[in-house]
Amino acid sequence: MKSCGKGFKRTFRVTAPWTLSAAILASAAQADSILAPVGPVGAGDRIILVDALVIMLAIVVPTMAATLAFAWWYRASNTRAVYRPDFTYSGKLELLVWSIPTLVIFFLGGVIWIGSHRLDPFEPLPSKAKALEIEAISFDWKWLFIYPEQRIASVNRLMIPVGRPLHFRITSASVFNAFFVPRLGSLVYAMNGMVSQLNLEADQPGTYLGFSAMFSGDGFPDMKFDSVALPEAQFASWAAGVKGAPFDRAALGQLFKQSRAAVPYTYRGVDASLFDAVASRQLGPGEGPVSGGAP
Amino acid sequence: MLGKLGWNAIPFDQPIPLTAGAVVMLILLGILVFVIVKGWLPYLWKEWITSVDHKHIGIMYVLLGLVMLVRGFIDAIMMRSQQALAFHAQGYLPPEHYDQVFSAHGTIMVLFAAMPLVIGIMNFVVPLQLGVRDVAFPTLNSVSFWLTATGALLVNLSLVVGEFARTGWLPYPPLSELRYSPGVGVDYYLWAVQISGVGTLLTGINFVTTILKIRAPGMTYLRMPMFCWTALASCLLILAAFPVLTATLAMLTLDRYLGFHFFTNEAGGNAMMFMNLIWAWGHPEVYILVLPAFGIYSEVISTFSGKPLFGYRSMVAATLFICIVSFCTWLHHFFTMGAGGDVNAVFGITTSIIAVGTGVKMYNWLFTMYGGRIRFDTPMLWSLAFMTTFITGGLTGVLLAVPPADFVLHNSLFLVAHFHHVIVGGVVFALLAAIAYWWPKAFGFRLHEGWGRAAFWFGFVGFYVTFMPLYVVGILGMTRRLQHYDVPEWRSWILISGLGVLILIGAVICQVAQLVVSIVRKNALRDVTGDPWDGRTLEWATPSPPPVFNFAVLPQVKEAEYYWEAKRRAREAARLGKEPDYAPVEMPRNSPTGFVCAFFATVIGFALIWHIWWLMIVGLVGAYATFVVFAWRDVPEYAIPAEEVARIDRANRAARGEALTGEALA
Repeated sequence: MKSCGKGFKRTFRVTAPWTLSAAILASAAQADSILAPVGPVGAGDRIILVDALVIMLAIVVPTMAATLAFAWWYRASNTRAVYRPDFTYSGKLELLVWSIPTLVIFFLGGVIWIGSHRLDPFEPLPSKAKALEIEAISFDWKWLFIYPEQRIASVNRLMIPVGRPLHFRITSASVFNAFFVPRLGSLVYAMNGMVSQLNLEADQPGTYLGFSAMFSGDGFPDMKFDSVALPEAQFASWAAGVKGAPFDRAALGQLFKQSRAAVPYTYRGVDASLFDAVASRQLGPGEGPVSGGAP
Repeated sequence: MLGKLGWNAIPFDQPIPLTAGAVVMLILLGILVFVIVKGWLPYLWKEWITSVDHKHIGIMYVLLGLVMLVRGFIDAIMMRSQQALAFHAQGYLPPEHYDQVFSAHGTIMVLFAAMPLVIGIMNFVVPLQLGVRDVAFPTLNSVSFWLTATGALLVNLSLVVGEFARTGWLPYPPLSELRYSPGVGVDYYLWAVQISGVGTLLTGINFVTTILKIRAPGMTYLRMPMFCWTALASCLLILAAFPVLTATLAMLTLDRYLGFHFFTNEAGGNAMMFMNLIWAWGHPEVYILVLPAFGIYSEVISTFSGKPLFGYRSMVAATLFICIVSFCTWLHHFFTMGAGGDVNAVFGITTSIIAVGTGVKMYNWLFTMYGGRIRFDTPMLWSLAFMTTFITGGLTGVLLAVPPADFVLHNSLFLVAHFHHVIVGGVVFALLAAIAYWWPKAFGFRLHEGWGRAAFWFGFVGFYVTFMPLYVVGILGMTRRLQHYDVPEWRSWILISGLGVLILIGAVICQVAQLVVSIVRKNALRDVTGDPWDGRTLEWATPSPPPVFNFAVLPQVKEAEYYWEAKRRAREAARLGKEPDYAPVEMPRNSPTGFVCAFFATVIGFALIWHIWWLMIVGLVGAYATFVVFAWRDVPEYAIPAEEVARIDRANRAARGEALTGEALA
């Protein structure tokens, strides 16, 4: 990187406007940017992303510059350029040509190895506080979040406390989906018959957009939810004051029906065994389209 | 009697597909009437439809690919305009329709535009570069092409009869299972891809056999042009990967038709296995496309730099390296499935290792230009655009191969931007370069350079304006396949991307104008020597367009770049080598087998989609009967007399001799 210096910056500006715009966005901390994380997981993902980008730019930018420079200098009309039609092999260059990418990938391989272990979504976050358990189920086309310890549940709105690790268990009641709140960090799939795990944490109060990041049918664009991070005390009082119908098998049966853009609402008196009943395929799966629709 | 087919299959309530279908049918009808009135039908039947000549089949592949490229581009225009409008609104495409559009766009672009174009170029170029008269199995080649055309026909038929899949270009179960997709859309996908997949597999067999078994005398492996090496690697990948696709789709078909449970939610089905299998094909598939593209760049950069390819053996090694490693990376398509740190890390590393192979290639092209005399004709412009574009596309690809980065970029528009970056910047640029480069060989006249440059600049700028904003909006969290959205920060980037599509429309217009202008002015653009670019490989040793037998006498290859060396010697002596002894040439007879087979394959596919079982049996019997008739043919070949061969070759030698004298005088 050092040797690149000014030339690096100049080429960067000319040849990679898109990376530049990405950099601008990072500083602007825009609404749902993954470069503006509000928790340790998102921050970890960002560090790895930026590290990998910088490692590769160190080799990509000089190569691009050399391509343009060679093409320009060796244009047929340039009489000062030396024509060397026999320059077709050079052992030293071959060695260089194979070793530069190999070394870069070696270096990057280390980043990949460390990153994918430290940021494995299934791994609990290092924290003294006990993680809050949340069970998420994707339906056609809405999200259900069950808080088994509080025995409450919420449709299409995720309430979370600030500064406390969150341990999600995620499944799907029908087709594939993916649980994703960009500013919190990593996403994982929601799959029928499987339980995925995800560990996240929010360290700033606020409302962050969440959605399904895996196409799941006609109602897919409406599979979004607000993820509201509250200070611990406010979260506790919200959890204590949740109103709504009791959540039992009958209530669950309603959710299996396809519906779009459900306005958020809550349940209390949750039967805490229902998540596992869905995940183990004892209940469900979702019904699919009622009338066949088009043939 | 007609299975599930009824009047309700025609979408009378949806004006867009209905109008589009009607317009396409009117155009087709118009062309047909025009052809009949002009009396061209017998010519088309004899010289093209029943042709087993690899050059004619190659040209038909390219034509099919270009038409499908435009169809897929129209889908792209619809998607970008829908997203431009659907901010806090529903736009003009309801989800049922929008979901079909993006599914069709992906399927058509990869399988019915890029694949036919790549295979078409291989068909036209490989036998000529190897110095032989045809591929190993000429009639099979015709069958391959027509089966691909069948697939394309079925996909387009779904526009007006029934619907296309609403599942994305890879129909992930459980969404693609009967429970969630009860319509015929997924069935159209399955049979179209299966039938064309058989065609592709046969092409793989044909070209692996051709390259391994029939090359000109003396054409050893390490004397083969780079494009032949990449075609070989690509076809080896086809042989290994396409059966996986066939098996995977067959399992999904059994689920949907016979109540099996390979991938369902019930009875122990496992949808994750579909993702594993489909990507075990899907990832090699992108290298099936991009390896021949690398071969095209190698030919173009070497020719227009006036130098042999730098580090030829390294390039061969890098090609085979990519060919093998591409089979060890598929899991990076689902890091977010939760396989754990070890598995994700291993596949992240194998994926980035591919960048070593492409990196080597990039440097070797760079050093091919070093010390060259570079001419900036359209094919070279595309190649330079590729070199500067693909390297950043590769960079974002390696970023996505880093699991923690993928955890926040998976399925986002960043991913969409990445694969368009490498497939458009890698494969499409190469195909446009290839068409400009080999067009004079195919038709005997060059393409108009001015329109070509205009198309290049519109295409190059339009590509950046379209896809770079998608990187940004992906970083802003936007996921793919959204029919509507309401995040204000995304809107402006989506609008810029829409502007890019407008520029790309300009590129398409210029490209079409180039073809029209060139055909109209073909006499002014005529090339009589057969070697307009000062080429280095054997295809430039024949007349343009090459006679049906390609080479009057098979070349006796004595060194690498044999044609270039022979040309150099001729230039030094200021005269051509001595006239060879002409002998009669035996060529395979044309055969309607491919066309008839494909007709019955279309019938079978359509019948299966609509559950018209008697029609399916009719189709199967017809296809089998075609095979039997072909197998019992009495006269497989015909002879071209030595005088005819001599006449054609002497005419070309005269033109080359004149050019040589002209050069010597200058």
